[in-house]
Amino acid sequence: MAEPLDPGRRRQIVSDGIAVSVATGAYGVSFGAIGVGNGLDIWQTCAMSLLVFTGASQFALVGVLGAGGAPLLGAASGLLLGVRNTLYGLRLAPLLGWRGLRRAAAAHLVIDESTAMSVTRESSEAARVGFLTTGVGVFVLWNLSTLIGAVAGDALGDPRDYGLDAAVGAAFLALLWPRLDSTVHRLVALCAAAVATGLVPFTAAGVPVLAAAVVALATAALRRDREAP
Amino acid sequence: MTWLAVLLCAAGCYLLKLAGMSVPSHVLERPLVRRLADLLPIALLAALIAVQVLTGTDRDGHPALTVDARLAGLGAALVALLLRAPFLVVVFVGALTAALLRLA
Repeated sequence: MAEPLDPGRRRQIVSDGIAVSVATGAYGVSFGAIGVGNGLDIWQTCAMSLLVFTGASQFALVGVLGAGGAPLLGAASGLLLGVRNTLYGLRLAPLLGWRGLRRAAAAHLVIDESTAMSVTRESSEAARVGFLTTGVGVFVLWNLSTLIGAVAGDALGDPRDYGLDAAVGAAFLALLWPRLDSTVHRLVALCAAAVATGLVPFTAAGVPVLAAAVVALATAALRRDREAP
Repeated sequence: MTWLAVLLCAAGCYLLKLAGMSVPSHVLERPLVRRLADLLPIALLAALIAVQVLTGTDRDGHPALTVDARLAGLGAALVALLLRAPFLVVVFVGALTAALLRLA
């Protein structure tokens, strides 16, 4: 953990994090517009981006409210989707190595993107830089763009026109790429993608990714059986 | 009631995040947990790619599988990776491909 991070490498991780933050943060505009369009006021919409700060859960709550569902049912679906952040934390805690208040503050920034941009790093220091750049970057931009979206609606245009939705997938693929270094890893990636894809039409946003975690869990458990004498 | 739902969801989501970050380190040193920690990011990233690229909505607003410019963007990103392009180039190529296809 004490090894210093090469300045060039640090710059590279920071710029990678900013790129993902910009692409992801822009989606706050659609959340802001959708929130207000589904019966929340501007304050409630902005409070969600500030306090819930995990996209799938926010969209789930707003989606249930917009469909006329009970508010508490909406909160429950938001929570169900938030479970995957617990899994992210399991991997992040030893990597980041923070305790106390710093850990409590960092927990709020545990989301898909900050996790993706740090779990693949080579050292604790590199992981921290990736986590903070992406976590803080997405937080700031997500909240700013939520406010813009809530106030301006969708007059600003669709982030898809700029290909930003494809940018996020490309970024995740670039992060996954160096990890596909063994047959087991490649099989886990393929099965996880297949499970998630298969569940998309039948489940709420966020559930497919959660289900894919079961692939990792099953593989980890089966491999132990094989290694045992 | 809407405020209550917003605040409950916020408190619960934060506690879920904190719970994962607070699992003691001796639990994390168990072999099963270590194997899981090795495989979990791979499964999550692969699933996130699939969901990110293939999810759309049907006419009723429900999630549905969609093939559009995003898949072409991912294909272009894959080609860039095979050509050993750096991260930002991969991301840019993916976005540009999708944006140009939508213009066409």
